[in-house]
Amino acid sequence: MVDFSLWDILRNLLLAARWTVLLSLVAFVGGGVVGLALLVLREAGGVRGRGNLAARAVAVYVELFQGTPLLMQLFLAYFGLALLGLPISAWSAAAVALTLYASAYLTEIWHGCVRAVPRGQWEAGQSLALSFGEQMRHVILPQAVRIAIAPTVGFLVQVIKGTALASVIGFIELTKAGTMIANATFQPMLVYGCVALMYFVLCFPVSLWARMLERKLHAAH
Amino acid sequence: MRIELDFAAVLSQWPLLAKGAALTLVLTAISAVLGLLLGVACAWARTRGPAWLKWLAASYVELVRNTPFIVQLYFVFFGLPALGVKLTPDLASVIAMVVNLGAYSSEIVRAGIEATPRGQIEAAQSLALTNRQVFTRVVLPPALAKVWPATVSQIIIVMLGSAVCGQISTEELSYAANLIQSRNFRAFEAYIVATAIYLLMAIAVRRALNWAGPRWLFGGRPTGGRHG
Repeated sequence: MVDFSLWDILRNLLLAARWTVLLSLVAFVGGGVVGLALLVLREAGGVRGRGNLAARAVAVYVELFQGTPLLMQLFLAYFGLALLGLPISAWSAAAVALTLYASAYLTEIWHGCVRAVPRGQWEAGQSLALSFGEQMRHVILPQAVRIAIAPTVGFLVQVIKGTALASVIGFIELTKAGTMIANATFQPMLVYGCVALMYFVLCFPVSLWARMLERKLHAAH
Repeated sequence: MRIELDFAAVLSQWPLLAKGAALTLVLTAISAVLGLLLGVACAWARTRGPAWLKWLAASYVELVRNTPFIVQLYFVFFGLPALGVKLTPDLASVIAMVVNLGAYSSEIVRAGIEATPRGQIEAAQSLALTNRQVFTRVVLPPALAKVWPATVSQIIIVMLGSAVCGQISTEELSYAANLIQSRNFRAFEAYIVATAIYLLMAIAVRRALNWAGPRWLFGGRPTGGRHG
């Protein structure tokens, strides 16, 4: 039997934590891109009132992701990719599921921020004969982005914590590494304590940053 | 390429799914009640308590909010037995869910408490109510009513999060789906059905709590941010 020192445990957890960070970044950036596309689709439908079909479809998309467990979404991505004949790996399934999950939450957060910009701003843009794209780019988004920064940073914490579920489909990140090391060392209390501590070290500064941004925004008003 | 889905093979196992869904609801109900009580206690500690208690409650809240639920669950189920506390999967799940909801709901309730107008507290004090009466009769009920929608959302997040409890062999809904797919190899269908049940439960629980809250919990006070 191999003996694990505390340093061995920490070193292996730290190595695995790189994958937690990478998966978080992929999901957050990917989710941001998809979420932004959905946002444009939703607001374009909402403003011009042509059917609102797109807006409603995005709302259903959001409801589906917010009303079901992330764990189920991961399983569905894992077995769904296999069903489509794509090569399955825990990494690709986790990246796909977490990206879609993040996109639903981010588009909803940003939708609220766009809605928070007074209607008169849209109308002023329209009366200047700006197109929808121009209104969005020059009038609405600059104001909405200011409101959106704090909750968006706050959501990053959710994404980091969400990546822990990728361990269940076998992706070796911080939590999965913790499980493996706990099984090898028979010291679950110590190992899971260290795992929790590492998540805390990752998430707490981001939480503080989000809170600081929020205070700054309120102070400006 | 043809994709063949066979939902009948999954749906024929409905007793398993029903039992799993029932346990998910029971776990959620127990943790909602205990978690809210813990949340209110922590909110009290952070707004009215002595300095050391404030610090303790704040540390607890930050620690839980900045770590994943699955790690909290593993810590309780696999870690605590090292201290001689042997837990069944169900009990470990409830403890993890209560601890988790307690931290989040304490932040929600605290926001409601801090929104109480100063004048209301002074009015209550001038009527010679004790500090405890002021908190339980004057501050807390409207604060809870105000933040009820956010609290309901958090309870639903905890319910959906409880899908992870299947990983420590708590026989809730996701565990049932896992069991079914291990029997008939219809993994995608089994998880689709389970996911749909989760979605329906989330919608139903939200409706039920939004309906019940103002009627039974706050004596007819409207919920949400409209008043106060």
